[in-house]
Amino acid sequence: MSSAPIFINFAYIISAALFIFGLKMLSSPATARRGNLVSAVGMLLAIIVTLLNQGLDYKWIIVGMAIGSVIGLFAAYKVEMTSMPEMVALFNGFGGMSSMLLAWGEYAQHPQMSVFIAIVAFISAFIGAMTFSGSMVAFGKLSGKITQQAVVFNGQHIINSLILLITLAAAIFFTMQPDTAMGIKAFYLILALALVFGIASTIPIGGADMPVVISLLNSYSGLAACAAGFVIHNNILIVAGALVGAAGMILTNIMCKAMNRSLANVLFSGFGSATQAASGGDGPQGEAKPATAEDVFYILEAADSVAFVPGYGLAVAQAQHVVKELGDLLEENDTEVSYAIHPVAGRMPGHMNVLLAEANVPYDQLVEMDDINPRMDTVDVCVVIGANDVVNPAALEDESSPIYGMPIIETFNANTVIVLKRSMNPGFAGIQNALFFRENTRMYFGDAKVAIQALVAEFKS
Amino acid sequence: MEAVYLTFVFVLAIFLGFELISKVPSTLHTPLMSGSNAISGITLIGALASLKTDNVQLAAILATAAVALATINVVGGYAVTNRMLEMFKKKDEGESK
Repeated sequence: MSSAPIFINFAYIISAALFIFGLKMLSSPATARRGNLVSAVGMLLAIIVTLLNQGLDYKWIIVGMAIGSVIGLFAAYKVEMTSMPEMVALFNGFGGMSSMLLAWGEYAQHPQMSVFIAIVAFISAFIGAMTFSGSMVAFGKLSGKITQQAVVFNGQHIINSLILLITLAAAIFFTMQPDTAMGIKAFYLILALALVFGIASTIPIGGADMPVVISLLNSYSGLAACAAGFVIHNNILIVAGALVGAAGMILTNIMCKAMNRSLANVLFSGFGSATQAASGGDGPQGEAKPATAEDVFYILEAADSVAFVPGYGLAVAQAQHVVKELGDLLEENDTEVSYAIHPVAGRMPGHMNVLLAEANVPYDQLVEMDDINPRMDTVDVCVVIGANDVVNPAALEDESSPIYGMPIIETFNANTVIVLKRSMNPGFAGIQNALFFRENTRMYFGDAKVAIQALVAEFKS
Repeated sequence: MEAVYLTFVFVLAIFLGFELISKVPSTLHTPLMSGSNAISGITLIGALASLKTDNVQLAAILATAAVALATINVVGGYAVTNRMLEMFKKKDEGESK
């Protein structure tokens, strides 16, 4: 790359600046869309000037880019908003894979590497391959192709540690003599182990912890690109990769904080596995007060302010559009409507916000947890839709609860809470929810979409 | 020396990234992820530059696959982010459509 004409490298600086501007504009919903375009222009500029390099094989470039563009566009316009987590997981995987291939290709072309280059080639290939296989597992879990439960077995940590130890040994071997036949074998061994490690480190993580995993894999895909940048001495890869890596790390951190758990706990504890869920079965008991559609209608009709609290159940039932319809009817009835969103509600950061935006809910009605909690006692009715652990008061009150200390949306401080749920089954953490037995709580059983449609019908009649 | 220089760029970029991203509101976390996904498709630049006519066959195959995968990220990532951000509207804007 150092042989590239100087104007190409200058153009890369402009691209980097455009990426930075683009990310900066993402700090407000009003400018975010333009920010994305600015970032895309930066990418386009980088691609165009790169194509001006001498000696490129355009035939294969056209083939590769054509295939990629068709698949990318098709996926981007086809995907349902409820399936965004799967899509992002898949894209993370492709990003990792492409960094791995880049490092591998560079090694195949120039096997005589300095120790430094060999080390970064190893890092790029390892993180890239692990991101790929880990993302595929995440994709499988999110799309329901494999079990969402945490898969744990005895000796899991020992096996993972062994994989890492062998990888390290192979890496030392590879970096010492990359241009020998043994060096090549060591490199292939690293690739294989990285793929296995990606799977092994993702299967023990349960469905509701997916926001953390996706954020982490996002970070890895950036870091893999970054390492690939070191291999080919390209600043733009390093800068862009580092920006993505930082974004992923921050999101990971926010998600862990919102669950009051350390990253290590999320990655290694097997939270939400079958054995854990069984042991957490007991807890607050009592009599829940069921309500019919008509009861709920009267409560809502009399309310001055209503806050909806959506969770993953909303996405599963695809209920975002009917919720918005109900919200509109309430507004016509002079009720103040807002949507209180927990940071880890759903299967990826910001999942609920996107769903509601799709249903045309204006973003000024989307309220963050920290904003609504202090004024929860002024809210007349909270309608909890398909959320459970994020509204469980045990997180505040019961020190023995596995979710103790996790910040929650304090719905129980509202005048009345309506919990819309399919059944009394406990949520992901496998613990019973004391909210259901509170004096001011009414349980409204049913599929979220059908149940809300019934309310809409009540309002219209 | 080059290694030091590249690492220097890397460290500065990480800090810049932290500074920028911590200002993104949680409402926009999903578009942030898909948008940064698109940016991580920057490996496309590396893959393009390494796809030379004098490549050995294995390197050419790997680079072509890398180009295809990275293009999926770039094109798909920006397109889906744009599609999502299009949906975020303020109250008065929301009514008009």
